[in-house]
Order: sequence, then structure tokens, then C-alpha cells
Amino acid sequence: MPEVTYLEALRQGLWEEMERDERVFILGEDVGVYGGAFKVTEGFVKRFGEQRVIDTPISEAAIVGAAAGAAHMGMRPVAEMQFIDFISCAYDMLTNYVATARYRAGLSTAIVVRGPCGGYVRGGPFHSQNPEAAFFHTPGLKIVYPATARDAKGLIKASIRDDDPVIYLEHKWLYRRIKEQLPEGEEILTPIGEARLAREGNDLSIVTYGAMLWKSLEAAAQLETEDRVAVEVLDLRTLLPLDDAAIMRTVRKTNKVLIVHEDTRTGGVAGEIAARINEQAFEWLDAPIMRVTAHDVPLPYAPTLEDYVLPQTEDIVKAARWLAAY
Amino acid sequence: MASRTVPTTQSPTIPAGLAREQLLELYRYLRLTRLLEERLTALYRQSKVIGGLFRSLGQEGESVASAYALERGPNRDLLSPLIRNLGSMLVMGAQPIEILRQYMAKAESPTCGRELNVHFNDLERGYLGQISHLGDMVPVMAGITLTFKLRGEPRVGLVYVGDGATSTGAFHEGLNFAAVQRCPLVVVAEYNRWAYSTPPEKQFAVKDLAEKAKGYGVPAVTVDGNDVLAVYEATKFAAERARRGKGVHFVEVKTYRRKGHAEHDDQHYVPKEELEWWAKENDPVDRYVRRLLDTGWAEEQDLKDIDERVRGEVDEATDACVDEPLPLPESALPGVYADPPAAERLWFRGL
Repeated sequence: MPEVTYLEALRQGLWEEMERDERVFILGEDVGVYGGAFKVTEGFVKRFGEQRVIDTPISEAAIVGAAAGAAHMGMRPVAEMQFIDFISCAYDMLTNYVATARYRAGLSTAIVVRGPCGGYVRGGPFHSQNPEAAFFHTPGLKIVYPATARDAKGLIKASIRDDDPVIYLEHKWLYRRIKEQLPEGEEILTPIGEARLAREGNDLSIVTYGAMLWKSLEAAAQLETEDRVAVEVLDLRTLLPLDDAAIMRTVRKTNKVLIVHEDTRTGGVAGEIAARINEQAFEWLDAPIMRVTAHDVPLPYAPTLEDYVLPQTEDIVKAARWLAAY
Repeated sequence: MASRTVPTTQSPTIPAGLAREQLLELYRYLRLTRLLEERLTALYRQSKVIGGLFRSLGQEGESVASAYALERGPNRDLLSPLIRNLGSMLVMGAQPIEILRQYMAKAESPTCGRELNVHFNDLERGYLGQISHLGDMVPVMAGITLTFKLRGEPRVGLVYVGDGATSTGAFHEGLNFAAVQRCPLVVVAEYNRWAYSTPPEKQFAVKDLAEKAKGYGVPAVTVDGNDVLAVYEATKFAAERARRGKGVHFVEVKTYRRKGHAEHDDQHYVPKEELEWWAKENDPVDRYVRRLLDTGWAEEQDLKDIDERVRGEVDEATDACVDEPLPLPESALPGVYADPPAAERLWFRGL
């Protein structure tokens, strides 16, 4: 089996869906001839033509709005945000128009809006964001955030086939860092709404997603060797809708939970997960639900600052140790 | 005053390529729009209309005439109306009973009580429901007409924007996007003098909205919006040009909003004599009637018969739905997603 990167897996998924379904098309800034800022769509325009790989003006609201209109007509558009930070320019279109369309008007708006997220790449405040919390609050949207190459592929394919609008968040720090052997000729589809147990353990659970999966696994390995603490790690994969059943299963198993996300703390997804555990599994808890997140500041540029603000493996180790001893 | 210097283009000679039946049909839609809104006003005063009531009094002409210039029928041309484009929806096939049910939030309304007034759609008949965020429908209609183009379908889209909406970012992004992609889209910009209470001089620094379109390489024309046949001809030209693959066309219609933003608005910011002038001298329905009668394309009796039929139609629709129930509370939950089918009922509602 060939080894593919997270980015290549995403590419493959997009490519296969374009081959499979002629209603699928891509639109975004520099996605055509240039192949996208991170080369996710390199070679696509040559294979599928300018009608299906559309270079657009720098107009995120128009990109998302036009995708919505095309979806109403039965197309399956995939809109790229060059960096996910710019999705805020389409916030109105996504939350007011797209997310409500089915409920208020019975309109199908099967679009995918995808783009590179996340820090650890010295991108500064506007090329490093994790925007999930801004959309997590909006009924009508779905949000997926793959951490592995397999899920990068499986989730883009599932998102394109989904009948609801999906925000697909891909972590640029994982693009070329994560590699995995993927079977050729086998359809890979990751069901939306299902978390994955990434590591089994009995002492405490880490609930996480995106790039934090890898830091959590690193921390778990370290705790195993140094402390003989068996950490279970749950990779959420889909944030909206959350896989409550999987979360409660691990809570009931280990009775201690650490929620880890790269996004800032206040109003982050971890708060919602903690509330749900409180509502659904309070009696199973042996310790307070704790969070490891970024500090509540815009993400700074200098390596010393960025590393301080973002969660590091060592932070997770320390927090887990504290929780294990509770 | 500025509002009286609306440029009146030379009206096309009747019948503007229209048969007598079509001229009368146009009149029917004008009358239906006005009468239906009058009925809604009565229902509003009886507190039967749940939310606000938005009138198009004085600008029904451009709404009806522009929609009438499109190709109608299952899956033909498609328009996106705004709050004051009731007339355009009626032309495309929306039924008075649907409008009444929407305003009264009835369970049987097209949106099952979820959305207000004319915010609903029927893509097959050819209208897409708007949202309240002005300008947003321009990018959406760009995407719809982009699809027409990609599929090689001979269909055209039409999107209405008000003078105020041309100040939004979405309008500019959408117009530019559609222009670059040469989408078969007609933009009808309604210069009706008031955006809520804001006059044009506080809204933009151009004289005509058409100037904005030219900045995007979109050909634009300004017409007298209260001249029904002039609007029809301008829109027809724009639509057929778009259908031939020539891209976006912008039609500015100069008209006047004679009621407040909504029924609650007392229009204290509007000079009384200005309102009177527009009502007396420049009412689109009166002008159209005069044209029909003066040119002999219709007799008084033809129009009276139509009035009678329209009144009967609105009466019947009102009687049929005015006492219908509101939606059941728990019907609020399904339909947020295709799957799963319903939002979860909150735990305290089950206690």
C-alpha cells in the first residue's frame, strides 16, 4: 500500500468525487491554474477544465453565496477558503443564508466549505485560526475536522456526498507531516458524526480533534512510560453533530476527562463537551472535567510567543498527570 | 425637489410586442398586488397578521412588469424577490392564499409558519425566497445563474436589490462575481427613494445606481420605474441579452415608496406634499390604466371585470385561510438537517 500524506489523501478524495459525480465542482481563489495556495487542487484544472475548477475574485461571501445558489440547482460545489481565517468574511452567508435554508425554505444546500486551519506554522493572527467555535453554535451546519490521512480522505468524500452544508477544516500543520498507508482501489468514507477511539486506556480520557490528536497521543505515550498511566484518546473527527455516545462511553470507562483543543478557551468547543458530560454522565465522574486549550489571545507570530500561547505536548502531560492524581 | 426630476424615458408604443390579453394580464397582476396588500392591511389592523406588513404601494409597476418579462413555466427563468416584490411573485405563480397564510403564520403556509411574509420559494415556479440580509441574494443568484451557464440551459435569473442594498458588501461581491463569470443574470435595482428612513443622499454619492454597475463592466440602463411598459421592455431586453450569453445586465428603475418601511412606520421623515404628488401624478397603476384606455387597448368595462374577479379571488383566499390554526409547537423541531430529521427536544420540556 502506498504511503500518502494528509494533503494527498484530501486531494485524492476530492479527485475521486469529481470523477464520480459531474455535479461536483470547485470554486475558490487561485484554485485553478495555480492549484491552490497549498496545492490541494494542483492538476485539477487540467483534468476537469475551467468550468469545474473555477478561479474566483477575492470575495468569500460571493464564493459561498454562489456555491449555495448552485447547490439549490442540484450541483455539489466545494468552496475553498484560501486560509480558513477568511471564512469570517462569509460568516453572514454561512450562518444566515446557508444554515437556515433547509429549515426556513426547504432548500437543499449541499455545499462543502473547506480550508487550511491552525497554528504551529508561524502564520500570525490571520493565517492560523481555528474557526470552529464561530460556526459550532449555528444549527443547520455540520463541521468536520480530520486528524488522520484516512479521515482527510474519508471525510471530504462524505462531506461532498452529504445533503447538508459541511464546513471541512483541514490542519495545515498536518498537511505534509502526517503520512499513512491507504489502500488503493478501496472506497474510503468516514461517516460524519462518528468519533474514533485513537488509543485505549483505563485511567483517564482525552477528548480531542485536529492536530491536537497527535500531541495527545504523544502525551499518552509519555505518560504510559513515565507514569504507568493508561490514557484513552478519543478523536472526535466531527464536531457538529458531536458523537455524544462515544464521549459518554469513554467517560464511563475512565471516569476522568481532559478535553484538548487548539482553539482559544472561552466559548470553545470544550465548554460544550463539558456541559454535555455534566448533563449525561455526571455520576460517572471522579474528577472535574478539565481543559487544555490555547490562551485567550490572538495568535502571535514570534515562535516564542506562538509556542507559549498554543497547547504543547508538555501541557497535556502535566494536565493529565494532575487529573490522574486527583 | 429631487424626487420629481425622475427621468421619464419615452414609453414604448403599445403593445410593446404584447398581445391585448397580455396587456390585460399585466393589469390583472397590478390590481391583484395592490388589492392583496390592501387586504393584508385590513388583516394587520385586526391583528391577524402576526409580524410586520411591508407594502409596495406606488412601486407595483416595476415589480410586475420586470417579472412579466421573464419566461415563465416549470423550471424556466428564476427570480429572487425582495420584501416589496410581491407583484413579481404573483406573476411567477405564487397564490394569494400562500401570501395570506405566510403573513398570518399559518401551519399550512409554504414555510409552515417558520418564515415571514414573502420569504418563501418555489424553484419550479421560479422564485427563490430571500433572507433579510440585504444584498445576500446577489451572490446566491450568481451561483444559480452560473449553474444555468455551466449546464448550457437557456435560463435567466433576475435579482431585485433596493437602493439601500447597493451599499452592502454582498451586492458588490455578487455583482462582480457574476460579471466576471458572465452569468445570465438581470439585476433590477429599485431606486425607491427610501431605505427605511434613509434617503439616497445619505446612502450613496452617485446620482444613479446604474453608475455603480458600470464600475463592474456591467451594462446598465435607468428607466422610469412607474412606466409599466418601459420597465417591461428594458427587462425583456436585458433578459434576452443574458439568455444569448452576453452576461449580466443592470436595470435601474426609478420609483417611489409611498408607504413607510413597514406598516408601523408613520413616515414623519417624508414631506407630505411629496407623497401627495406621487400618489396623484405618478401612480404606476393609474398611469397604466390611462395608457390602456387612451390607446383603446382596453375599455373601462374590461378593467372593471378584472377588478371584480380579483376581488372575488382575494375574498375567497381570505375566507379559506383566515381561521386556520397556527402550527403545532413541536413542529418547530424537524428539518434543520436532512438527517437526523429533528433537533432534540430540550430536557426540561419533558418534565
